[in-house]
Amino acid sequence: MKNLINHILDLAKLKRVDYADIRIVHREDEEIDVKNGNVDAFTRDEDFGFGIRVLIHGAWGFACSSRVTKKEMETVFGKALKIAKASAKVKGKEILFPPARPAIDKYQTQFSTDPLSVSPETKLSLLLKCDEIMRRNKKVKISEAFGGSYKTEKTFASTEGSYIEQVIVECGAGIAATAIDRGEVQVRSYPSSFRGNFATKGYEWIGELDLQDQAERVAEEATQLLTAKPCPSKFTTLILDSSQLALQIHESVGHPIELDRILGTEASYAGTSFLKPDRVGHFRYGSNLVNIVADATHPGGLGTFGYDDEGIKAQRVSIISHGILVNLLTSRETAHHLGNESNGTMRADGWNRIPLIRMTNINLEPGEWTLEGMIADTEEGLFLTTNRSWSIDDKRINFQFGTEIGWEIKHGKLGEMVKNPTYTGITPKFWNSCDAIANRDQWQMWGTPNCGKGEPGQVAHVGHGTAPARFRNVQVGVMK
Amino acid sequence: MIGGEVCLHLLKKVVQESPADQTEAVFLTEDSSLTRFADSTIHQHVAERNQTLILRVVLEKRITVVTTNMLRISSVKNLIQKAIALARAQRPNEEFISLPEPKPIPEINTFSIDIGHLTPSSKVKMIKNVFSLAKGKGFRASGAFSNGEVEMAVVNSLGVEAYQRYSDLLFHLIVKNGEGTGYASFVSRDPSQLNIESLTEEAMGKASKGEPIQIEPGEYEVILEPYAVNELLSFLGYLGFHALAVQEGRSFFCNGFGKKMVDEKVTIYDDGLDPEGLQVPFDFEGVPKKKVTFFEKGVAREVTYDSFTAGREGKGSTGHGLIAPNTAGPIPINLFMKEGHSSLEAMIRSVRKGVYVTRFHYTNVVEPMRAVITGMTRDGTFLIEEGEIKRPIKNLRFTESILKAFSRVSAISKDRRACSEGTVYSRRFVTGTVAPAIKLDGFNFSGVSTL
Repeated sequence: MKNLINHILDLAKLKRVDYADIRIVHREDEEIDVKNGNVDAFTRDEDFGFGIRVLIHGAWGFACSSRVTKKEMETVFGKALKIAKASAKVKGKEILFPPARPAIDKYQTQFSTDPLSVSPETKLSLLLKCDEIMRRNKKVKISEAFGGSYKTEKTFASTEGSYIEQVIVECGAGIAATAIDRGEVQVRSYPSSFRGNFATKGYEWIGELDLQDQAERVAEEATQLLTAKPCPSKFTTLILDSSQLALQIHESVGHPIELDRILGTEASYAGTSFLKPDRVGHFRYGSNLVNIVADATHPGGLGTFGYDDEGIKAQRVSIISHGILVNLLTSRETAHHLGNESNGTMRADGWNRIPLIRMTNINLEPGEWTLEGMIADTEEGLFLTTNRSWSIDDKRINFQFGTEIGWEIKHGKLGEMVKNPTYTGITPKFWNSCDAIANRDQWQMWGTPNCGKGEPGQVAHVGHGTAPARFRNVQVGVMK
Repeated sequence: MIGGEVCLHLLKKVVQESPADQTEAVFLTEDSSLTRFADSTIHQHVAERNQTLILRVVLEKRITVVTTNMLRISSVKNLIQKAIALARAQRPNEEFISLPEPKPIPEINTFSIDIGHLTPSSKVKMIKNVFSLAKGKGFRASGAFSNGEVEMAVVNSLGVEAYQRYSDLLFHLIVKNGEGTGYASFVSRDPSQLNIESLTEEAMGKASKGEPIQIEPGEYEVILEPYAVNELLSFLGYLGFHALAVQEGRSFFCNGFGKKMVDEKVTIYDDGLDPEGLQVPFDFEGVPKKKVTFFEKGVAREVTYDSFTAGREGKGSTGHGLIAPNTAGPIPINLFMKEGHSSLEAMIRSVRKGVYVTRFHYTNVVEPMRAVITGMTRDGTFLIEEGEIKRPIKNLRFTESILKAFSRVSAISKDRRACSEGTVYSRRFVTGTVAPAIKLDGFNFSGVSTL
């Protein structure tokens, strides 16, 4: 394969391109869905191909194919070159693509047990057992358990001399119970909604999730929600558990800090951002307690890797320091807007997509509180957990979230359960209202395997480390 | 493109090799291109060629789906063995009855030879035209121009054999003028229908009305353009218009069949054969598409089925199977709302104080049984006063039951347009919704986007 890669890069140099890179990606996925005692889906997916990116006359071209042969690579390179030359005719702004130091390296996720090597019987046994426990509760009409295992092998090489081989291994699992009675539908999930929690770890991670031990509680809470009182409509103190806070970070910090989005290149689809590059260094994003890092090196994070898809080494950078915006997620092409070099966040969803600026692990640093201490310190409010819905505008200012479950807080204690909780807010106002964050003991990583962006659509696997946190004067109960 | 004969020959060989009780092979090919621009600059221009084999085996009611794009003979043999091994590890799913039997497939042309005439240079030239038109008014343009050729073939061991060749073109455009933006989009299987000038004029018309002001959230009369109606229809399709949601008791249709649930002016159906939409003659199981009417004059009527959900009820599939394994259910992908008798202009004239919505953004479900969703307006939201569009307003958040909103439909336009978001995150297979503009007597806006 190395010979094929070198052949194409030599061809690129002969054609006097400003820059070219090639990525060859082989991906294996296995997903199992169990529902109501049956195997609803058992899939194995294998995907292989290459993509060539060419920069010439200040414009990009990209072409790709699933036929990994010398002849097809030559054809695809020709197509990428033709596309770049056509685009150069109306390119508008000149693309600045500063050189990077070439890297020759290998990276592999650290794990004990390759999840794809674990027998289907072992995986099914766990998922079916969880499903069976949830279905013991007669009000649970839909019981679901999911397990997914993923392995990506990719080789990146560029005309600058980089040659990087990476193997990324990921897995995750989760359970959900849906209780239905007289037109009321309520769902509880564990460890998080939308299929569970995911990590760059081996199958040992699935054992750590303790799915079986939580199945009965999940079913019981789904049932209790059927008769719970509706979430009140008011402005109040809000305490979010770490799984919901992970999505809050994702939508209202992670996406707005993507510099490509800020510069407008996502305008036609996912939207832009309320941030501007000139806000870096002084914009008050949140209260003094809010410290956020982008950390692509955090062991086990779903957004952890060795190098990005432009050959830049994974980094840990501060994004918000004591509430002030101090950096953004950048690429080689965009970092100069901040006077910096890329902080290594360009990732592509496979061989057939170009790299975009994607979140790595966007983590809220822990504070000094405990969740119990926060609740005890709250006279009146709501404690919400586990995301059910999310929505945010195209500039990432106005958000609205729903969670699966909530509890009232009265006089420092958890009170009655509430159903259909929702809350809404304005991004910087919300983060400035944060007055307590739990400590490292209650801090954990959450993997988000479904982050969408780009055209053609791309899904990224990203992570968020958080602990529970408290926010004051938040509007809750949006839909009565 | 590989062609029907070769595709079907390949799939028949695969199915013959399989020792399973029942086997289904689906083959998808894609040759596509996408050019993306922002701030009147082309910043992304990509092309893709891919082919995927999806194999579903049934062994004593134990089902596995394996997929590969590595199509060497040895790979395909390994694929079959892998599928059989994974099936053996499972327990039978007693609710499974059978893969579908063959039925005659309607002969429809879904491919335009003109799609092959779109080259990188010709597309760039068309986009340059957009930039020039926008520049003439001091505006900047963002958008995407995507075209593709797709083949889909389905063969199963019961005798299903189906092949179809599709072309598609998607163009969407956002024009920016200060803080104001305007949107227009186009989708068709026939690229000769694309009129870049009129599309750009449509978007620029929205962006030409000055800087947006802020209005208070609350309940307003609204006019929804087809793009916004498309969003609401798609959510109804996802949440409740299909058999799986009904069978699991999570559809708003549960206990509602035969009852009036929305205004009598509302008729919504799915029809893969209607030439006004993006036609699809058969589904991913090779079953011909049937027209399915969800709301007929406001009354809940029927839902879509694939072979699995149909088997549960002893019925036949309506031809709405999606790519296996489809855990989301037979979600309709060729939705239509029946046209009315109004013009958009007459609808606007009838509004005393209201909001004109071009499209919605980032919508999501709040309460599924009442079809309550939330989202933001985007790229062309206006205040209507005394029958006239007065000026742009800052984007509003809505939190509203679609069923409640459709109960307050007071006018529907006679003109409809095909709308599509394309295929967002999965394999390319472009379909669309045909929607009119509608007027609602009340719609709940719960927030406003402002720092």
